[in-house]
Amino acid sequence: MIDFENVKLKIGDTEITIGAVLESNGSTSNLKTGAWRSMRPVTDLEKCISCGICWSLCPEGCIIKRKDGKFEADLDYCKGCGICANECPVKAITMVMEEK
Amino acid sequence: MAIAGLPEEEYLSCGHRACAGCGAATAIRLITKAAGKNSILVESTGCIEVISTPYPETAWKLPWIHGAFENPSSIASGISAALKAKGIEDEINVVAFGGDGSTYDIGLGHISGAFERGDNFTYICYDNEAYMNTGIQRSGATPYGASTTTSPAGRESIGKVEWKKDIIHILAAHKSPYLASASIGYPTDAFKKIRKAIETKGPTFVNLFATCPTGWRSDPAKSIELAKLAVETGVVPLYEIINGKHVVGMPRDISKLKPVEEYLKVQGRYRHLFRPEKKEMEINFIQERVKENLALLLEYAETGH
Repeated sequence: MIDFENVKLKIGDTEITIGAVLESNGSTSNLKTGAWRSMRPVTDLEKCISCGICWSLCPEGCIIKRKDGKFEADLDYCKGCGICANECPVKAITMVMEEK
Repeated sequence: MAIAGLPEEEYLSCGHRACAGCGAATAIRLITKAAGKNSILVESTGCIEVISTPYPETAWKLPWIHGAFENPSSIASGISAALKAKGIEDEINVVAFGGDGSTYDIGLGHISGAFERGDNFTYICYDNEAYMNTGIQRSGATPYGASTTTSPAGRESIGKVEWKKDIIHILAAHKSPYLASASIGYPTDAFKKIRKAIETKGPTFVNLFATCPTGWRSDPAKSIELAKLAVETGVVPLYEIINGKHVVGMPRDISKLKPVEEYLKVQGRYRHLFRPEKKEMEINFIQERVKENLALLLEYAETGH
């Protein structure tokens, strides 16, 4: 019997598992996709009603619930699509140009 | 804990490589939330496969298997058979999903086979209406009049000249116990339909309409607005077929439909219908056919079909 779980193949210098099985999960978070952004969402926390609609619609899943129950985008990953600003029922989010 | 009617747990990690404003990425967040942690996911080749697994990284926090373009339904069949043999088929959800290219065209035979065998799994199609990952080629799901790289609009062409394939009724002919049409514009509705599909025993199907700003040449910020507009204009009616009986969710009143023009004119793939001159005939044709389709669905629902 071959112990498939522990067999490693070598391609060049890289060791890979059989079937290219990845044992880590959620490792794409190593890449901070926030660098793709040209517009940045700015939330007016005074206006935010904590409904979570931005959170439910964000394609990145990068909107974070704060301790006070309000929502804000994690700018490490936000690609600046603007869905949250467009869908916010109380218009608490505005998109502003990213400046270096 | 639930936020906006959805579970708080996140099974798709940040840092995936989807375009800004990707409707399919929102769709996948909904699918994984509905499936929950006791799930095995199977996926075909497509946008979501490419954006979620840039080897050796993965965005998934659930067991996820990538098949070929055509066979996630066959893999799901195998998994469901294995779970049955182990006597744990009620504890683990098997969810297969693919884009419209894999579902409507390349994998249709395999899906048909799995539905005919009556295997216990749910198939979800995130439908963005063309082969987006390979560069916007037309698929069986591309709607009439849309310009793609293989159905380009020009002086002699109005884009794709065939109507979109009616996948739900193709699968309804397989006597599946639950089929539904959903849109990411209505996330809680979509979530409930996917839950229902997973909870129903046997092969079930949900067509989840998802915007693609890259392929549709639309504003990324309007991805959700467009998915809502598609429903409000009747282009994508939301309905279920439960044990062969139609239930139409929305829209339910043909006289109150928004004109399809509102939906068409905000998308670059339909730009040729408005420029250089407005092509009334084509727009009317789409409008009439949309009304006809909805009337048929409402009639089915009324007569208990």
